[in-house]
Amino acid sequence: MLKLLNPIMRLVEIPFLLVQKRLGIGMTAWLFLAPNLALFSLFTFLPIILNFSYATTGGEAILLRDRPDVGFQNFGNLLECENVLDPSSCRNDLFWRAVWNTVWFVVFQVGIMVIAALATAIVLNRKIRARGLFRGVFFFPVLLSPVVVALIWKWILQRNGLLNAGLESLGFETINWLIERHWAFFWSTFISIWAHMGFYTLILLAGLQAIPQDVYEAALMDRASPWRCFRKITLPLLSPTLLVVLVLALIKGVQTFDEIYAFTGGGPGSATTLIMQFIYETGFGVQPRLLGVAAAAAIMLAMVLIFLTALQFWINRKKVDG
Amino acid sequence: MKYTRLIGAFMLSAAFAAPAAAQEIRFMCNDEPFCKVLDDLFTGFEAENPGVDVVTDIVSYDVVLKNLPVQLAAGEGPDMARVTDLGGLNEYYIDLAPYVDRGYWEDSFGDTLDWYRVGADDDGIYGMHGDFTITGAYINKTLFDQAGVEIPSADADWDTWAQAATAVAEATGIEAAMAMDRSGHRIAGPAISYGARIFDENGEPILIDDAFQEYVQKFVDWNNEGIMLRDVWAGAGGGSYRDAGAEFINGTLAYLFSGSWQTLNFDQKIGDLFDWQVVGSPCGAGGCSGMPGGSGIVGFKHTKHPELVAKLIDYLAQQEVYAELTSRTRSVPAHYGVAAAGVDYQDVSAPAAAALNAWGAQVEKLSPVAFAYQGYKNNRAMFNITVQRVTQAVVGEYSVDEAMERAREDLATVLAETAK
Repeated sequence: MLKLLNPIMRLVEIPFLLVQKRLGIGMTAWLFLAPNLALFSLFTFLPIILNFSYATTGGEAILLRDRPDVGFQNFGNLLECENVLDPSSCRNDLFWRAVWNTVWFVVFQVGIMVIAALATAIVLNRKIRARGLFRGVFFFPVLLSPVVVALIWKWILQRNGLLNAGLESLGFETINWLIERHWAFFWSTFISIWAHMGFYTLILLAGLQAIPQDVYEAALMDRASPWRCFRKITLPLLSPTLLVVLVLALIKGVQTFDEIYAFTGGGPGSATTLIMQFIYETGFGVQPRLLGVAAAAAIMLAMVLIFLTALQFWINRKKVDG
Repeated sequence: MKYTRLIGAFMLSAAFAAPAAAQEIRFMCNDEPFCKVLDDLFTGFEAENPGVDVVTDIVSYDVVLKNLPVQLAAGEGPDMARVTDLGGLNEYYIDLAPYVDRGYWEDSFGDTLDWYRVGADDDGIYGMHGDFTITGAYINKTLFDQAGVEIPSADADWDTWAQAATAVAEATGIEAAMAMDRSGHRIAGPAISYGARIFDENGEPILIDDAFQEYVQKFVDWNNEGIMLRDVWAGAGGGSYRDAGAEFINGTLAYLFSGSWQTLNFDQKIGDLFDWQVVGSPCGAGGCSGMPGGSGIVGFKHTKHPELVAKLIDYLAQQEVYAELTSRTRSVPAHYGVAAAGVDYQDVSAPAAAALNAWGAQVEKLSPVAFAYQGYKNNRAMFNITVQRVTQAVVGEYSVDEAMERAREDLATVLAETAK
């Protein structure tokens, strides 16, 4: 087979050798990258440039030529606040409500999810009965569509849902979970953890399995307690994986939209409206379509995500250097 | 030889098919039963106009509401569509006036033609109002009977209805006495009945005035007291729509403020499970008005066949065709001639027939303010502001005063942005 392929490959090689001879090795590499770069420019760079253009224009027209230039007014309007901790004092109160909801959502969702994923990974790393089944069970929600996740939990938590039926049958008072602001926020965070935890558990499980067993055996011979083993062996050796999990979860947490939108629609009121929903509704969901405001908010969100990613690189580099 | 003949036949048919393809009209439509009746009526037009093919694309309401405006802005989209944002899409409409009999259209559709226009100087004819809807209330009559509560009279106000419905809820143990669809359009009617003017003396939109705020305060209080089913408004965020039709069908509501479009739905789903009836809009200082509405059929400027599109819409507007459309879709006619002649609703049950007649009787109670609001081009933005801010008051993010102040600021922003 190889004997047959080699002459063919040599034939294919000829034009590339000629190009390489004419352009040099460096330029030939660019030639190979060109198709991908062209597509990347079209679908990534161009939208970014367009987004900046929209952010500095106003009105509700869709075509840029019909939109008046407003400079940084959209950014200014979004940031105009007497006290950023109190959204009611801001010119665009809904933006700041969405910002603070996102901050709290990310803090709770990421914090609890990473701890729960780590605990689950440690348990699933042990030789427990039906380990394969449990690994599948914890990963299963990751396979579900966000809308399916939202609908399942909506049926459980609505006024006449499964949970209230259970509580009623046990003689407890029922709660309208999705109508009370704090409960709605709690459940939004909870279902998000439930839906995504399996993915991070899997990554951490892989990280745990990469830790050499002889390190633990040596520690056991020195009569180290399980807690000490966890603190002095597991955590330090797992920290690169944990860092990846943390940053991935953080970025994904900030971008959360679909499951919460399908679950609560951002309500009650604006209690579960996250920044992505604000951008969507401002730009596309309701009239008038304030594309400029939505684009400005999207740029601010991008800056936060760039900061988080840079932070990951910085910490990673510090670890490598240190 | 056989293949040569086949190819020849194919080329010949393609040559004949070419002019037909050039006469294709694409129609975007939501609400499948309604669209199917329209599609059926198009066959009559196609028979009268050989070579014309009207293709109906049935889509979800969200596509019409959110995607169609984007398509139109880009100069794309169907040749014609069934729309509900009547004045908002005006810049894309074909003016049918050069192609149709203006006298007939003005005599037949009168006030609804204004809903498609922009400004007082605009006298274009842009769309055929296909179905006239009115907001108002339904009651579960069986529950009233079981509770032994007398049904309030036609001129009863909101407080009287709230008391009666609460008495029913308490006597029968249902979830809530009343509910109102989560929609700025829905709450506008009661506010106008309370005397809300929506526009100032110069015709500029103000949305919030004392009367509007008075009704909102009442509505918020009813939500907090459990008289209104809190799930409907508090159970969603942003400007999303939610109705309480399912709760009414399940018999867990005594009173539902919704609209005439629910008639067919209730007729089919409630059947003889309980008795229901239309009671229209409660009264206040400003009258007993609901909000008019409905959808219209319009053609778009970018079409390659403006004359043909106008001819098709004109065909649908003819009294005989329109009467069939109304009858088969069980809607309230916006065509004066059809309304005057009476509609023979086919295969309709007694409660549905009574309901359709009751809705017809509500038309004369509609306030001019309601007509003006329905025809205002930025009304969707105002409806969204209302939903967003009233909900915030319902869930306690703002007091009613604060929420209404926010609504005023939102309106100022909207007017500034749309003026750019």
